[in-house]
Amino acid sequence: MNEQELRGLIAQVKAGRMSRRAFVRTMVTLGLTAPLASQMLNYAGVARAETKSSYKPTKRGGGGPLKVLWWQAPTLLNPHFATGTKDQEASRIFYEPLAGWDADGNLVPILAAEIPDTENDGLSRDGLTVTWKLKPNVRWHDGKPFTADDVVFNWEYASDPATAALTIATYNKVKVEKVDQLTVRVHFQKPTPYWADAFVGTRGMILPKHLFEAYKGDKSRDAPTNLKPVGTGPYKFVSFNPGDLVTGELNPDYHEPNRPYFDTIEMKGGGDAVSAARAVLQTGEYDYAWNIQVEDEILQRLEKGGRGHVELDPGGAIEHLQLNNTDPWTEVDGERSSIKTKHPTLTDPAVREALALLVDRKSVQDYIYGRTGIATGNFLNNPEKYRSKNTKWEFNIEKANQVLEAGGWKRGPDGVRAKDGKKLSFVYQTSINAPRQKNQQIVKQACQKAGIEVELKSIVASVYFSSDVANPDTYAKFYTDLQMYNTTMTEPDPGFFMLQFVSSEIASKENKWQNRNITRWRNEEYDKLYREADNELDPVKRAASFIRMNDLVSDKAVIPIVNRPKAQAVSNKLHAPGSGWDNDLWNLKDWYRDA
Amino acid sequence: MSRYLVRRLLIAIPSLIGISIVLFTVLALAPGDPFGELATNPNVPPAVRAALRAKFGLDDPIVVRYLRWLVAMLHGDWGFSFVSRVDVDQLILQRLPTTLLVIGSSQVLALMIALPVGIIAAMRPYSLFDQIANTFAFVGFSLPTFFTGIVFILIFSVYLGWLPSVYQSDVGGTGWQWLWEHVRNAAMPVAVLGLFQGASWTRFVRSAMLDVVRLDYVTTARAKGLPERKVVIKHVVRNALIPVVTLVALQMPAVFGGAIITEQIFRIPGIGSLLISSILANDTPVIMAVTFVFACLVIAFNLLADIIYGWLDPRISYR
Repeated sequence: MNEQELRGLIAQVKAGRMSRRAFVRTMVTLGLTAPLASQMLNYAGVARAETKSSYKPTKRGGGGPLKVLWWQAPTLLNPHFATGTKDQEASRIFYEPLAGWDADGNLVPILAAEIPDTENDGLSRDGLTVTWKLKPNVRWHDGKPFTADDVVFNWEYASDPATAALTIATYNKVKVEKVDQLTVRVHFQKPTPYWADAFVGTRGMILPKHLFEAYKGDKSRDAPTNLKPVGTGPYKFVSFNPGDLVTGELNPDYHEPNRPYFDTIEMKGGGDAVSAARAVLQTGEYDYAWNIQVEDEILQRLEKGGRGHVELDPGGAIEHLQLNNTDPWTEVDGERSSIKTKHPTLTDPAVREALALLVDRKSVQDYIYGRTGIATGNFLNNPEKYRSKNTKWEFNIEKANQVLEAGGWKRGPDGVRAKDGKKLSFVYQTSINAPRQKNQQIVKQACQKAGIEVELKSIVASVYFSSDVANPDTYAKFYTDLQMYNTTMTEPDPGFFMLQFVSSEIASKENKWQNRNITRWRNEEYDKLYREADNELDPVKRAASFIRMNDLVSDKAVIPIVNRPKAQAVSNKLHAPGSGWDNDLWNLKDWYRDA
Repeated sequence: MSRYLVRRLLIAIPSLIGISIVLFTVLALAPGDPFGELATNPNVPPAVRAALRAKFGLDDPIVVRYLRWLVAMLHGDWGFSFVSRVDVDQLILQRLPTTLLVIGSSQVLALMIALPVGIIAAMRPYSLFDQIANTFAFVGFSLPTFFTGIVFILIFSVYLGWLPSVYQSDVGGTGWQWLWEHVRNAAMPVAVLGLFQGASWTRFVRSAMLDVVRLDYVTTARAKGLPERKVVIKHVVRNALIPVVTLVALQMPAVFGGAIITEQIFRIPGIGSLLISSILANDTPVIMAVTFVFACLVIAFNLLADIIYGWLDPRISYR
């Protein structure tokens, strides 16, 4: 779909001939994120969808305790230091951002009075500034008022390299100024299409200036409030044992009426995913369990307990197979898979096409992941409920054989295909994890039938995903022909996610394998499209570029296997609106339980 | 005696330093990186990871890091956790009460089973009671705790719904209700650990008793016409317990170390689960502190066991 066609569709939405939701659904089929689709509509002047809250209770409190289970226990409560979502989620009980992302990719104001757009002069036409109006009369848990000073302070705090905040990338490229007591303006260095990053969603939670001011920079780790948060959220802090338990109580001064519903909240950490699912689905001891990465077969059995069910939030996480473009078996200047080499067989398009035909995504979904892994042909992925039924991928051993035959790869006496003395024999690595080993088997068996020899290798996750420069088995070094893992797209915007195929980002010894292009794939057209999208303010043009980029990489640079939505176990009585584009607890204020 | 004690304490110093060097080197050479999780996070630029490594001194040579650790330790500074950004001693102290409560009560339970059952079984060897006790003991220590733990959860939480499967360290209520909640929470883990330990100690008590019961002085005591009860309690048990006491004393460091697997199954926030989660997160200062404290306790209780042994059996002298 090109730019013209996109504009046609937007005109239809504007004229009311196509629903907003249908448009988002179509965009998502093309491999865009829901937030980008909704941004396109806003930019074109289509009225913002009012996110209707399904919150029913008519008074604050009275809901008793809310008990949630996180099998990875939170270890700290400062959102700027959060390693992984567990710490972000625990912080989210007490802290709030200016806005969050709902399941359809719409921005929802939380501490902001309204979402900036071009209509309300929040967004400048040149894409250089965003002006946020803050909600008046919001108070911190200690009674002090929340103002623009707090927002500006968070930028200073996080962008100071001495603070060592993990949110630094979000804040060090912008400048933030206070306009008045309840208005802040974010300035970008260059026109920025994705403006809703600072102060929004997972990395946007706001800390109180008056409690953190003395602990900026080098002293950041001494702040007592790192472990005793004072926020604006629906629940006030009570106690925290790192790695075990977080408890909170209702905030009587919360800035939204009739909220929150529960009198206390308790987040228990530790253990494993299966028993967490069991505590919600079968014994009903807990109301909610986060990220239950469990085989669907077990989940279905537990659901028969009748106390809870599994909810899925589609997001952008994708389990995929990477094909090495460089030669992992030749050492050049002290590194294998060096960019100076070329993979002897995998660089042949026929081999790549055959491999894509040999990955039986349907079986992987049916026999391994079930509801928690949806077969896909797109790399840039999307909410599952919007998925089009005519995805392009197919599994066809016959066709793979034909493609290889036509490409000149003839079977040798041992049944393995070869051309010019180079055999189609690959080493395929992944981390140790039962579903992944089953997945490897499925691919290996299909490859054997097509005359490709595959040797399987599995590595302990703590080594495989480490950044240890001395270890040859890390995923970033990619010292094998094929590898498989799950990439998560926590970003509502595909920009950063798609950076992993840009040629200037190739991981090598020189950058200690810290750069993001692991497949060492190079494509001039892709680089050009990426540069265009990076500077393009018009979301429609940008979307068109991303769709093209997705088509370039899918099944060519990498073979997408399954899209993995966020899965959580929820008690049958609990209403917990989730989102694949933000934290699980992004809308905790709206959680309630049927009486 | 005091000279012996001083000598033993002096010997302990080089062994502790040796242990710490080995631990530190192994941890430094082990694969993995405390900031590994950041590597797969597309939102954290590599420069931040590099800055964090530099800030926490991870890029210095092992020798420098070890000396820095040793000096800090001598000053009573245990270092701070990379993951929680909290001082390590604070983390350990937070976990200590639960660990002592759960593991401690399981050891008490184990003793309460092992002593009477072992003694009675030994007094009537090969009787029906002995056969049954033996069978249970064998079953008890053959079944691993991760298995019994899950079976207990299945029976008492899933089918009967009597006991919680998730351990709660912070129970509400006061007075009797508070106590009752603690008992309910701790019942399953204490039973799992206590029965396992009790089973092996039962065998041990029984064989220690059998060794003593055939000695001549027991026959003499019986010949004197002492009541059987007195013979057993005063003459047999007291002597048979000498090896048992040593065994129990050596078991004490384990009380501090917690029970990694059981803690994981029941989600008990003990030292064992702190150790395992630190290992998984490559949080070296915490692993170092926990293992080092453990090493100190092993050495201390070894010494204590030797001293108690001599006190119980005056034939042993210290030189």
